[in-house]
Amino acid sequence: MSDTAEKVKKIVVEHLGVEEAKVTPEASFIDDLGADSLDTVELVMAFEEAFSVEIPDDAAEKITTVKDAIDYIEKQKGE
Amino acid sequence: MFQNGFSPRRVVVTGMGIACPLGLGVEHVWKRMLAGESGIGSIQSFDTTTLPAKIAGQIPTGVKADGRLDINEWIPVKDQKKMDRFIQFALVAAAEAVEDSGWVPPDEEARCRTGVMIGSGIGGLETIHEAAQLAVSGKAKRISPFFIPSALINLASGQVSIKYGFKGPNHSVVTACATGVHALGDAARLISLGDAEVMVAGGAEAAVCELGVAGFCAARALSTAFNDTPAAASRPWDEGRDGFVMGEGAGVLVLEELEHAKARGAKIYAEVIGYGMSGDAYHITAPAEGHEGAFRAMKAALASANITPADIQYVNAHGTSTPLGDDLELEAVERLFGDDARNVAMSSTKSAIGHLLGAAGAVEGIFSILAIRDKVAPPTLNLEKPSRESAIDRVALQAQPRNINIALSNSFGFGGTNASIVFRAAP
Repeated sequence: MSDTAEKVKKIVVEHLGVEEAKVTPEASFIDDLGADSLDTVELVMAFEEAFSVEIPDDAAEKITTVKDAIDYIEKQKGE
Repeated sequence: MFQNGFSPRRVVVTGMGIACPLGLGVEHVWKRMLAGESGIGSIQSFDTTTLPAKIAGQIPTGVKADGRLDINEWIPVKDQKKMDRFIQFALVAAAEAVEDSGWVPPDEEARCRTGVMIGSGIGGLETIHEAAQLAVSGKAKRISPFFIPSALINLASGQVSIKYGFKGPNHSVVTACATGVHALGDAARLISLGDAEVMVAGGAEAAVCELGVAGFCAARALSTAFNDTPAAASRPWDEGRDGFVMGEGAGVLVLEELEHAKARGAKIYAEVIGYGMSGDAYHITAPAEGHEGAFRAMKAALASANITPADIQYVNAHGTSTPLGDDLELEAVERLFGDDARNVAMSSTKSAIGHLLGAAGAVEGIFSILAIRDKVAPPTLNLEKPSRESAIDRVALQAQPRNINIALSNSFGFGGTNASIVFRAAP
């Protein structure tokens, strides 16, 4: 697992208070990890802070799973 | 509960919960209070170096089993950031009160007939402080999506309703230091008028933070002469008093329509028989001459209870330990009681826990009810030398066994808002 993936996983565990094992790449924040819409807003802000990236609202709306977050951040960091 | 001959449904208290500087749990706190213990200490939670007041009543930290607060035992970590501490305190006190009442609505209709009215004087001040610091450092975009719901006063009622599924009237009171009494009185009236069968009502406050202490210091309202002897700082009616001591916590009561409570075999602590309100229309922080607003609130409460002062054996005073307020309240109570003043006991439990602002009226309502239950008046600590003599026994230093059947509790707030409530032994 990449550094980014590890870090994303850790942030999700902390912010949503879920077990690490549940945070699979396919896991949906809302459907599988018990987040509501405000939780996802806060999660995206935590990603921005941790990775020093800007995630605009229209991009944030498309980040619904753990993998979506990892892919988006890695793409931003790669550029 | 009503004047003008209107005959309402009767309201009783069937559950109580408390979180205050003497700890958690009604029986634990009451035992400590009757023993004359103080919950006032040095503020450790933030740096008070630049502030003239360095003491407060804060909820002791530790495990629940010891009557102390470890919020992780009560609220999941991921949810704590969604609510300011005043809401957390409300949830802690509500948990005890609801469990104590044994009320679990059996169906949707019963849930819709159970409401919540928990107020606060100030609300999420610490949360607002933290968010403001982000804003002034150019990081307004980093403000949490939970900032607003964490700081809003009515979210105490909101969070309690969400936790228990209480779908009746969801309301909140904001009347500074009169909040607690207004919440109990207004909730009782909602039941009387038929809007609900059960109301979870009270007040919560968590303003012992840098902004809160600094603000009350600036208003010259706090005690500053006892920073080295915190337990001696809150001394209502004593000649050495020099301001109030801030306290934090929550008091929550389960109020219930009498027949509803009887039908389910609920334990009944007391009946809410009277409630009165008034406004000073005088000054933003100082009480009016002779505390005439307080006099009118008490008089209205007695009228709604259809009783006379001679029927009252105990008064839980607002008694904050300020030089001006204490003697003015005493004057108003003396005027109300007249020749009956010598038969009544009046104490200020703020001497032990400080002034819980919006939570004060709710926790003091609980103390008044316990005074009726146990036939004992809790003490006014540190009342060593009264600044003025009175026929009214102010229960100096030690609790007193008294044959208490009816108790009156007062709360007055900035803005010139006054409220009094009357409890009677269980019918």
